[in-house]
Amino acid sequence: MKSAVITFPGSNCDRDAYDALQKVSSFVQKIWHTETNLDNDLDLIVIPGGFSFGDYLRSGAMASISPVISEVSRLVEKGVRVLGICNGFQILTEAKLLPGVLLRNEKMKFICRELYLRVENSETGFTNKYKTREIIKIPIAHMDGNYFASNDTIKMIEDENLVAFRYVDEFGNVTNDANPNGSILNIAGVYNLKKNVLGMMPHPERAIDINTGSDDGLRLFESLNNLF
Amino acid sequence: MKVRINIALKKAVLDTQGKAIERVLVKNLGYSQISEVRQGKFVDVEIQETNNENVKKIVDDICDKLLVNKIIEDYSFEIIKN
Repeated sequence: MKSAVITFPGSNCDRDAYDALQKVSSFVQKIWHTETNLDNDLDLIVIPGGFSFGDYLRSGAMASISPVISEVSRLVEKGVRVLGICNGFQILTEAKLLPGVLLRNEKMKFICRELYLRVENSETGFTNKYKTREIIKIPIAHMDGNYFASNDTIKMIEDENLVAFRYVDEFGNVTNDANPNGSILNIAGVYNLKKNVLGMMPHPERAIDINTGSDDGLRLFESLNNLF
Repeated sequence: MKVRINIALKKAVLDTQGKAIERVLVKNLGYSQISEVRQGKFVDVEIQETNNENVKKIVDDICDKLLVNKIIEDYSFEIIKN
């Protein structure tokens, strides 16, 4: 698999994403956000977490019109997979490559902790190494992770089975207590219609080594590599 | 001309900052007559343009492309200096 990680001014999880990809991928490229030409033979683009452009205006808004994003959009059209983590998820919604938007956390706090997610569908390019409805442990670290969309969009997301992960308790129940940030229907990650773009608030790249808490995130990267 | 663009979260969208401000005004400062606090933001821009129609078009364009996320926000603008 040939993959790339994009760095914006203020990205701070790009190195972690790079390390995670290096565990599974034969070739990982580092890309600066002003790049106007991405290789056509890329298989995966990762938009990492952080605080691109200082979260000015709205989280992800400035980055979503960086020069490299039109290239990302072009490759998305061609079917290339794109994974946006945390701020990367915010950037992808602002760029309209994913439905909805991430609001300020309901309780107005920055939350940094491990929690449980339920894998809603194991038949995608991002999740084929998981079981459907498997419960995994992955950390979150964000201030703006409260997933919101119009009623029509939420209906479309549910009808098309676009929810990738939901926040759950350790037994897999979707409860209010398990919802850290107020996200509608406990949504922690969503796909686009073609399911080649995934945005998620939790950080799989921070869960790739059991010695630091969990390696449940590693299989997401292995799933992607599994396709090639 | 100088234009002020006012941006606010739509009514149906949870405004956590507005809620926090309201709580402090009412509970800590005792203004029990205050409610419905909403926080927005404004962006002032100087536009080298004299025609109002053209100004409106530019403002609509920049709001559409960057300043406003129409899923959650509404905007209005006023000319503050010709």
